[in-house]
Amino acid sequence: MADPATIAAAVAGGAALPLDSSGPRGERPKPYFSGRNIMIYGTLIVVAVYYLIPLYVMVVTSLKGMPEIRLGNIFSPPMEITFEPWVKAWSTACTGLNCDGLSRGFWNSVLITVPSVVASIAIASVNGYALANWKFKGADIFFTILIIGAFIPYQVMIYPIVIILREIGLYGTLYGLIIVHSIFGMPILTLLFRNYFTSMPQELFKAARVDGAGFWQIFLRIMLPMSLPIFVVAIILQVTGIWNDFLFGVVYTRPDTYPMTVQLNNIVNSVQGVKEYNVNMAATILTGLVPLIVYFASGKLFVRGIAAGAVKG
Amino acid sequence: MTDFPRRPSQLFRNISAKIVSIPMILTALVVFVGGTVWTVFYSFTNSKLLPRLSFVGFEQYERLWAAPRWIIAVENLAIFGILSLIFSLVIGFLLAALMDQKIRFEDTFRTIFLYPFALSFIVTGLVWQWLLNPEFGVQAVVRSLGWSSFTFDPLYDQRIVIYGILIAALWQGTGLVMCLMLAGLRGIDEDIWKASRVDGIPVWKTYLFIVIPMMRPVFITTLVIIAAGIVKVYDLVVAQTSGGPGIASEVPAKYVYDYMFQAQNLGQGFAASTMMLILVVIIVIPWAYLEFGGRKNG
Repeated sequence: MADPATIAAAVAGGAALPLDSSGPRGERPKPYFSGRNIMIYGTLIVVAVYYLIPLYVMVVTSLKGMPEIRLGNIFSPPMEITFEPWVKAWSTACTGLNCDGLSRGFWNSVLITVPSVVASIAIASVNGYALANWKFKGADIFFTILIIGAFIPYQVMIYPIVIILREIGLYGTLYGLIIVHSIFGMPILTLLFRNYFTSMPQELFKAARVDGAGFWQIFLRIMLPMSLPIFVVAIILQVTGIWNDFLFGVVYTRPDTYPMTVQLNNIVNSVQGVKEYNVNMAATILTGLVPLIVYFASGKLFVRGIAAGAVKG
Repeated sequence: MTDFPRRPSQLFRNISAKIVSIPMILTALVVFVGGTVWTVFYSFTNSKLLPRLSFVGFEQYERLWAAPRWIIAVENLAIFGILSLIFSLVIGFLLAALMDQKIRFEDTFRTIFLYPFALSFIVTGLVWQWLLNPEFGVQAVVRSLGWSSFTFDPLYDQRIVIYGILIAALWQGTGLVMCLMLAGLRGIDEDIWKASRVDGIPVWKTYLFIVIPMMRPVFITTLVIIAAGIVKVYDLVVAQTSGGPGIASEVPAKYVYDYMFQAQNLGQGFAASTMMLILVVIIVIPWAYLEFGGRKNG
């Protein structure tokens, strides 16, 4: 429903959410079965089950054979576990004329995500540092435009970017898409880094200046080593965001450079052929795997990432 | 910065900061401002396959608002938008309130409620397409339990297809609302609770009349976040229904894409995207006014 860019912009502008959410306060509750506790835990467990059902069904379906799917119900565990759908989804599933599976989309997505994450974070971190410590005349005006820009629907800017990319000969290539991701990652990331660097003690910066350090020296030797957590937040944010993108992928790439999400949609929603639901679900899990791993591995940092603007200086 | 032989000109002061800000300046001016102005400008032309400068005034907009497909798209967005705002705020707040009762396993519950948010709309849409599949999904399972007339096939029924999309969207996005609300609740001073307990005010009354009014900024921020996302809804519909059955689940963002890149009717696409922009402005301006209007340095 919401994407991180607008979240950050909105959060930064609006409430300063205390997002350290370091768990509940006060003493530990005593374990007892009161009506109140049963109600609270009962509700939470029911909702949790509801949230987990789609993941469960996805996994279960992907491990069944087609005959079993036709006969059985989607919630029952597989009688005979088969990994064939996974193999097929990865290496032989068809999109139109190509039958080399999702693997191509996966590698395209890797080739898109890695440089986009590096480029966007490199640009935004230095830029945020400049905005925080080396403010020049007019810097804030551009920054404000950038943040307001996070609210403009992408649809408004899609076509002008097509023209720009076509002019510089990058339309339809992975490079073009990398540039697009770097552009649209800029508002939230710049905000993130600017706020972080602003919140650092100014004395540090001043002391380094007195000692004769310049723009890059202060950044590389002092700021960078101190800002590892914010870089991790930025990486989480960008990896999931760029991996999950569909709109830019479908607009700025051609079939052989489609990212994984676009290819997945083409495989599952293709009209020709018999529907192989187990292969479709295996493909869906494969596509969701990267952000899920990032999510489960990063824990609370992810929460911090999505409400990034709250890290306010 | 000071090792220039003579007094450096104004332009070269702080030169490194200016150089590293070039991407930001280009993005802000060329893409955000330039792109927006360009699109609005060309929405008054009758560009077809390629953009060209033959002005037709408001003709594209007249055609747009006369197109049944656009009307359906806007209606869908209104239904989807209002309902997902209400439901995600209510459910998100209730979940957050439950989570705030000093429960055990809070991290586990939060992880479960939030994981769908890590998934893309494409994945979300495809999973729910499968779950709502009338032949195999929920409907088939309930029927096989003996209730043979049970009907639940939102994705194949033109009248209720948008609710099928709503179900998927809520599954994906409510966890985020819950997290924002929980952060808001944690920001409420413990003393407020103590005071209301001393005064003997029931818990639900404390929430309704004390805590929620205090959380106004959080609610407004969440509202803007959800609303700005709703306007952009696109991938979910593409994955779940491709706008079908027929044109019953079209949304504005999909209309824009289809006219720009498939129907080769750029003018229509530009006009539709300009309408989307206007919608966002209508949402954001009052909020920006409320948030920044009273303060000096927003």
